[in-house]
Amino acid sequence: MSNFERFVDTFFKAELIAATLPKIISGMGMTLLIAALVVVTGILLGLVLAALRSYRIAPITVMIVIFADIMRALPPLVLVLIVYFGLPNVGITLSGFVVLWLVLSLVLAAFAEEIFWAGIISIRKGQWEAARATGLTYTATLTAVILPQAVRLTIPPLTNRTIAITKNTALGTVIGVPEILNQATTAVSFTGNATPLMMGAVAYLIIFIPVVMLGRMIENRFSWKRA
Amino acid sequence: MEELVRQFFNLEIMMKALPFMLQGLGMTAMLCAVLVPLGLVGGLGVALISTGGNRALRIMIAMAVDLFRAVPPLVLLIFIYSALPFAGVRLSPFTAVLLAFFLNTASFYGEIFRAGIQSVGAGQWEAARATGLNRGQTLLHVIIPQATRNVLPDLASNTLEVVKLTSLASVVSFAELLYTAEMARSVTYNASPIVLAALIYLLFMWPLVRLVSRMEHRVAQ
Repeated sequence: MSNFERFVDTFFKAELIAATLPKIISGMGMTLLIAALVVVTGILLGLVLAALRSYRIAPITVMIVIFADIMRALPPLVLVLIVYFGLPNVGITLSGFVVLWLVLSLVLAAFAEEIFWAGIISIRKGQWEAARATGLTYTATLTAVILPQAVRLTIPPLTNRTIAITKNTALGTVIGVPEILNQATTAVSFTGNATPLMMGAVAYLIIFIPVVMLGRMIENRFSWKRA
Repeated sequence: MEELVRQFFNLEIMMKALPFMLQGLGMTAMLCAVLVPLGLVGGLGVALISTGGNRALRIMIAMAVDLFRAVPPLVLLIFIYSALPFAGVRLSPFTAVLLAFFLNTASFYGEIFRAGIQSVGAGQWEAARATGLNRGQTLLHVIIPQATRNVLPDLASNTLEVVKLTSLASVVSFAELLYTAEMARSVTYNASPIVLAALIYLLFMWPLVRLVSRMEHRVAQ
């Protein structure tokens, strides 16, 4: 066998590609499902937290800041392991799917809250004052005047952060969620060949290369031109 | 409540696991100490090429950067650690971790430095060259210092991510902090060692998170 044939046989073995493809595709479905759920719940929760924080009620603000700091400081895998292996010992058993969704949503919410909050405080005070002077209530000012402007500013950093966190769906493999990486490593151990892992890597590229390029486009379009 | 404390904050188990986990902490620190400078230097190289004059190189680097930013680091790590041996390339956990995370980290730092370099006005180049500085001197003394200052919050925030990234090394049994905690958990059937690991991470990361937050808000205002 030539070197090239050996390479193809190790990473692109045709019959294994055919045999593993359905598994990888079902893994892609799982990865996309978790990613979509995390994006929706994480960003919504982050927006709600940032809005709550803008009322500047001390105990609520302190709780939000502590939550956001802890979630931003800890590696997501640490959180995943604590929730997945810890909770059953106190009688709460969650599936790997739910654990991954929950943990990644909380992490995204923490980052989203910080990003939305930075957006809110970057809106000039005059906007608040003008809106309140026209007779809008505090909540109406926040939702109809401040947030629409703040959210625009937050799109580039939020996009990048969201991409980074959805890539963490691969952590599901550690707790047995049948997403792409899990399907691929399982197939590798059954077949004794690296082809499934190569397919898994390609599957991630198919999902995330367009996302990364979109992120770059958004960043260029919305970026503040400096100097 | 008592059960909760026993399962998550069991001091006895924590004290027993601590010496072992401190060794893990040492490995985490060592990994960060190697990975962050390597990533920064690699990233700066990436940025210089992607803002440089060679079109072919620029396109190749842009493709590599997109590739390594698109693949989840855990996937890259597992690929390098468990797929490459099939091709006869057998790396130790440490080498695999270093290689996988370097490719990932340098790509992210690279994009940040690139944005920084592009944020420095063209007039700076022209002025520096006009005073007689050559290309290298202009980069070193004029462009890179300003570029770095402009993206300092992003660099700091990415460095936080790099430190958190090292926890993934536990998956390929590199004996860093989370790996030692996970070992202790599987021996004791108790989540306290992982909670202890979380507390240790918090101890070091919380000040950094605060610092990065302040840097970001200062830029936003």
